[in-house]
Amino acid sequence: MKVEITVNGEHTSHDVEPRTLLAHYLRENLGLKATNIGCDTTSCGACTVLVDGEAVKSCTVLAVQADQQSVTTMEGLDGAAQGELGHPVTKAFRQEHGLQCGFCTPGMVMAAVSLIEENPDLTEKDVREGLEGNLCRCTGYHNIVRAVLVAAGKDPDAAQAAEAVSDERTMAPGFSTGKGDQ
Amino acid sequence: MIPVGFDYQRPESVDAALALLAEHGDDATVLAGGHSLLPVMKLRLAAPEVVIDIGRLAELNYIRVDGDGADSYVAIGAGTRYRDIVVSDVLAKECALLPAVTRTVGDPQVRHRGTLGGALAHGDPAGDLPAAILALEGTIVLRSPRGERKVPITEFYTGVFSSVKEPDELIVEIRVPRTGSTGWAYEKFTRRSNDWAIVAVAVVTAPDGARRIGLVNMGSTPLRAKATEAALAEGKSIEEAAALAAEGAEPPADNAGTPEYRRHLVTVLTRRALQTAAG
Repeated sequence: MKVEITVNGEHTSHDVEPRTLLAHYLRENLGLKATNIGCDTTSCGACTVLVDGEAVKSCTVLAVQADQQSVTTMEGLDGAAQGELGHPVTKAFRQEHGLQCGFCTPGMVMAAVSLIEENPDLTEKDVREGLEGNLCRCTGYHNIVRAVLVAAGKDPDAAQAAEAVSDERTMAPGFSTGKGDQ
Repeated sequence: MIPVGFDYQRPESVDAALALLAEHGDDATVLAGGHSLLPVMKLRLAAPEVVIDIGRLAELNYIRVDGDGADSYVAIGAGTRYRDIVVSDVLAKECALLPAVTRTVGDPQVRHRGTLGGALAHGDPAGDLPAAILALEGTIVLRSPRGERKVPITEFYTGVFSSVKEPDELIVEIRVPRTGSTGWAYEKFTRRSNDWAIVAVAVVTAPDGARRIGLVNMGSTPLRAKATEAALAEGKSIEEAAALAAEGAEPPADNAGTPEYRRHLVTVLTRRALQTAAG
């Protein structure tokens, strides 16, 4: 079946089997390899791309479902085609060291772009909940959350301090706060 | 993982989708958001010959108050995505349990794709939405070339992943009562943030003031905590009533817990949910 998908602003068209996953269309048909396939079971979020501006897991979308729609991958972010970090989210990931091995990064970045688009006024808790569909096996969440806060124009130190205070308030009695006060 | 090959159809209307369903019967499967169907197709637990994609039918995508006066209800198109339920102003005012439950389904990417009708048609007893609609005593509207019928959710499920929906029928609408913005709670217990519920409990206050309780993952279908509801109606305390929440349930055993564990957990979650719903 012939599909026509606008990918990163450019018209693309290929004859694909209906069972072709969007992730495979992007990687195999178009050669856009930023989108990683991790778990292949809708869990890890490494394959996150935007369809009509919203984050989706491209291992769980058929290419034919994106026919006549607009898809954005990490290659489509400002400056990426020139090898530059021109987008606020990619800039912030570098500034805050929001990656270690880098495998989850394209998915994290695209999920963050969608999250900030939907809610520009993010708290640290919003970011953590908003990234619940993305796993980092290096467990580098601390700096990833800081990067998304910076990209949203927040002061990550202030946001994390505010969260620590509210965490303390809701902490169960007897739960260690890590301050040696038990 | 790649599904077995299939023929893909994207009809332009509900009527065209129904004609395709009638033509292909058991060989066909309906695709909406695909977040229950595509995983099982990728695992090759399902291998439909024909996939009918209704994901873009705008006529199945709405949330509105229908009907007159005391008979009015909230009507939700079966193709309405989780995301649209979560941010719906109508539901926040008219039936706030539903967006609160939906906010706990999967993760943001899943909620951008999955649909209410899809979740109900899939009928996973560990799913959040079937039990929430059960607590609400919602109605499922099924359409086929033979006409339309309205099935109360209490009569919809017949077992694990199975319901009274015939192969040529399509869920087109879900109706829920106008239970308002307060008097509800959802207690979902998971080990990790976007896991399926080990057990979850939905509580809502019915228009007549009674508390109704839907249980997730306590049997082969979503269940009502009938004994707890009856005890509350007799004036028993929340603690006494919640202790009966596992009565009649046959919870599953899996890596997340034994049936005994779930029978205990459901009493704790029911107590918490009833306390929260009481305000």
